[in-house]
Amino acid sequence: MIDSLKQGNKTTLFWLFSLLAVWMAQATWIDQLNPYYLSILIYAGINIILAVSLNLVNGFTGQFSMGHAGFMSVGGYFSAFLTTTYLAKNPELMSEFQSFLVFLGSLLAGGTIAALVGYGVGLPSLRLKGDYLAIVTLGFGEIIRVVVLNLDVVGGARGLPNIPGFSNFGWVYSGVMICIFVIWRIIHSSYGRGFLAVREDEIAAEAMGINTTQVKVRAFVIGSFFAGIAGGLFAHTLRYLNPQTFDFNRSFEIIIMVVLGGMGSITGSVVAAVFLTTLRELLRPLQEWTHIDFRMVIYSLMLIFTMLLRPQGLLGTRELFQRRKQLEPGVTP
Amino acid sequence: MIELVQHLINGLSMGSIYALIALGYTLVFGILQLINFAHGDIYMVGAFAGFYAIRFFGFAEHPSWLALGVTLLFAMLGSGCLGWCIERLAYRPLRRSPRINALITAVGVSLLLEFSGQLIFGADPKFFPQILIFDGGWSFGELKLNPLQILIFLISIALMLALDWLIFRTRMGRAMRATSFNPECAALMGIPTDQVISLTFVLGSALAGAAGVLVGLAYPKIDPLMGVLPGLKAFVAAVLGGIGNVRGAVAGAMILGLSEEFLVGYGAPTFRDALAFGLLIIILLFKPTGLFGIKRAEKV
Repeated sequence: MIDSLKQGNKTTLFWLFSLLAVWMAQATWIDQLNPYYLSILIYAGINIILAVSLNLVNGFTGQFSMGHAGFMSVGGYFSAFLTTTYLAKNPELMSEFQSFLVFLGSLLAGGTIAALVGYGVGLPSLRLKGDYLAIVTLGFGEIIRVVVLNLDVVGGARGLPNIPGFSNFGWVYSGVMICIFVIWRIIHSSYGRGFLAVREDEIAAEAMGINTTQVKVRAFVIGSFFAGIAGGLFAHTLRYLNPQTFDFNRSFEIIIMVVLGGMGSITGSVVAAVFLTTLRELLRPLQEWTHIDFRMVIYSLMLIFTMLLRPQGLLGTRELFQRRKQLEPGVTP
Repeated sequence: MIELVQHLINGLSMGSIYALIALGYTLVFGILQLINFAHGDIYMVGAFAGFYAIRFFGFAEHPSWLALGVTLLFAMLGSGCLGWCIERLAYRPLRRSPRINALITAVGVSLLLEFSGQLIFGADPKFFPQILIFDGGWSFGELKLNPLQILIFLISIALMLALDWLIFRTRMGRAMRATSFNPECAALMGIPTDQVISLTFVLGSALAGAAGVLVGLAYPKIDPLMGVLPGLKAFVAAVLGGIGNVRGAVAGAMILGLSEEFLVGYGAPTFRDALAFGLLIIILLFKPTGLFGIKRAEKV
């Protein structure tokens, strides 16, 4: 990062400024916002992290994973378990700084555990391709849910209540910024070209000396890590976790964000995540009026029509605000 | 010993239901190399078609063998039509696009059926009326047999034999096998491949619809999400037997039904739903072609 700053890399500068802006907003005016709008904003942020991290696996590396909610639940449960037990041991908590450290530590721990689980899941299953991979990841997502359901330490089917509400706008959008930055930098590095190569043609990539299984597993582990972080943020925003929250529909919601925004477009995922989170709230009055949940019907129709009419999604593999392709100085075509 | 036989019978009757669903997966995969995610939900629609047929004809008051036959027929017709529509509207336009797009569409169709099912049929479970009454059970000493389970097993076997005959003994079946072997070549030989593919969907869906009614007989509670887990498990069964292999799918389904029953009977009932996925992962890792599959080399 320091190196890229020295070279005057604009993305890095932009990233630092936006991180600063997030905390400025958190410190000054964000709490005056209508709490309902604020909560929509926060859930949109969590969905952005999920969608962008899944895009690294599904879009950039071309491995169709359907178990993202499973990793989210691992991270969420683990970090929530850490903070609740810590709070139970030290009830007369706590200074601002102390809770900051506890939350940061538990978030990172949750992300790490999710990444480890992702490694355990990815190593065997990423040898499979296409449809098989989709089903196996779906299966692993379900297995994770069944295991959590049978874990009494975290409440089992009753769920895990009384999670401290550490999370806020600043935390969530720092997570968003870090996630986007990390994945953006990976994709635009020579190392990340390997990811794209695997997506474009696995056999050719292998012939060019890329260890395809390793690349896939790495993408999977990074994706799972951020899913775990998102799970931790989600847990400390909602303050209650239930295994049912992380069922297949949750994974599907993330998939439709990625597909709709364009598999292989970070900004596309961001736009789609914000759009779908808002859409859900816009549909709420309709649902209260008719007592019917139209949301999933609309989502599934959207998915089918996207595939029929615009299979590359909203943005395809391009990015918003991306200038036309230009050659780097010193490179002769 | 008695307990063992009891579990064996339960397992076989559950396995035969998985087999009816698995056949649809394996038929469609054999021809299109597409996993029809919506197949489990077609099975659900079949159960509901049967349910409404019973209500329409008032079979609940007059249980008879004829009632069973008519209900089965209507369920198979309903789900067959649905299968045809899905193929025609959602999958055919995507036949030339990358496989991942077809997969995403299939997931979309599956969710569309589940949730529009909740809109149309209502989200609460419905009670499937008894259309066949047996006085008590048959018992051989300690062993108690539930006639319904035997019936499910027999009907499934009959349907499977009919399918087997259709595929291996008729002209239409030969066309299906040719299309599965090489669609372009089959088209050049004058086989109407589009019609063959439609027929395959109809056949697979009709079998799933029959499975829906049979499940309704034995476990009389149906709801719009009932197809999700049996669908996934039947897919596992199809992979276990080597996907694309019709007889293998039946064998795989029986193995899955039995192992699930024995897990519930002698081990950990809460992990029942995890077993199928665990099994799937193990097969795909060690023998991705399944027990009876043929290895196809990957070409550039």
